[in-house]
Amino acid sequence: MGGYGDVKLLRDDGKRLDGRTVDEMRPVSIEAGVLPAADGSAMVTHGLNVAVAAVYGPMEAHPRKIQRQDRAVIDVRYNMAPFSTGDRIRPGFNRRSREISKVTAEALESVVLVERYPRSKIRVEIEILAAEAGTRCVGITAAAVALADAGIPMRDMIVGVASGKIEDTVVLDLDKAEDNYGQADLPVGILPNTGEIAFLQMDGDLSIEEFNLAMEYNFKAASEIHELMVDALKRRYERGDN
Amino acid sequence: MSEGRSGAEQRLVTPGMVIGPSTGKHAGSGAIAQNEEFIATRLGWLNEQNDVVSVRPINSAYMPRSGDLIVGVVAEVRNNLWFFDVNGPFQALLPMSLAPWKVEFGSTRQHLGIGDAALARVQEVDEAHNMVLTMKGIGLRRLNEGCVVSIPVNLIDTLRGDNNSMVSRIRDLTDCRIIVADNGRVWIHGDADNMFTARELIQKLADEGHMNNFEDAVHALEQQRGEN
Repeated sequence: MGGYGDVKLLRDDGKRLDGRTVDEMRPVSIEAGVLPAADGSAMVTHGLNVAVAAVYGPMEAHPRKIQRQDRAVIDVRYNMAPFSTGDRIRPGFNRRSREISKVTAEALESVVLVERYPRSKIRVEIEILAAEAGTRCVGITAAAVALADAGIPMRDMIVGVASGKIEDTVVLDLDKAEDNYGQADLPVGILPNTGEIAFLQMDGDLSIEEFNLAMEYNFKAASEIHELMVDALKRRYERGDN
Repeated sequence: MSEGRSGAEQRLVTPGMVIGPSTGKHAGSGAIAQNEEFIATRLGWLNEQNDVVSVRPINSAYMPRSGDLIVGVVAEVRNNLWFFDVNGPFQALLPMSLAPWKVEFGSTRQHLGIGDAALARVQEVDEAHNMVLTMKGIGLRRLNEGCVVSIPVNLIDTLRGDNNSMVSRIRDLTDCRIIVADNGRVWIHGDADNMFTARELIQKLADEGHMNNFEDAVHALEQQRGEN
């Protein structure tokens, strides 16, 4: 993917089209416990992205053939609402949502202590209400907060962030134009306390130096988002503050 | 409160948060040791007692243990057994041999139908969450009257209080029979008004339990009843 050479994504003053610097994230806000019926839930607003995640379970895994005798399975359903983008999305599962559900489930399985709940299933529903590039990362962040809210034991709260490359410049947190017309996209799921990576995808080409810089940006952003995640959970439960 | 906590020492931890060094201490529930540090694995209040560091979760699913007293609701009936919903991840099984009645093969539905509630005890649980109940024992019976309120499992100790002191206070206050089961279901039986008061009080605990104001609510009701 070489990008579209004629689309200008960086201004002459070095800033991006929406006025952000190269290592600046879109504004993020997180709220835990937004859905009363779910065991745990969270809403994450990241720029113009809005994701709601709901967690149900642990519950008996059905159909029985998906049960694992030694651990729980995490059943993730990522879905974009038909009204989340300018073009209406046909409701229901498609190739893209199936892929994202799979990679999200694998990322979450690496942090959740699944061996505590053999034969059971933890259901994670991620609904993207508004999309503006980077929804899989926003979905992962929302799912992590919802899992914590549901009281599911985890090694760490996974944070989804993305960096990319536009006009041969590495930038943090691509918006829609940068994602569509940029040269590369690097979404990762980071465990902020240990610095481990639970999920990584790359679309386009990055040199090793560019990759390292992109990861540096990602780690910086992950620790910022992680603080907001902790804050959201504390706001929900800190005494006298609810 | 019953846990012997005071407001100042409360610390809310989130999964992955480093709680402190692990030297000379043991990890209790909700904590794991990693690189000589304790890491919280759950969202909850930090607890340290007798060199054991644990997290008292704010939210948790009911995990059955043998001997637990539970309020179950019949979810499925077969010719020789019942399946109960016990507020946990898996249904529990009550074979007709462990029912308190003399049950003939095929006549299980005459004793307990779908939707009926019963007080039972967990006979055994295996590592794969297979769970067998028994209704043979003192006080174990079908619940024909009263109502059932659910509270989060982690608030059961708060509702019971030290040596059941809190639940006794509520019993005296509302003149209701109250059974706090280990699976987070509370059976209440009394006259309609009192049952309503008790339900409201326990529902308040379920909704606001994390704010630690339950004792105040009970105290306020006591004062109010004392004046009348």
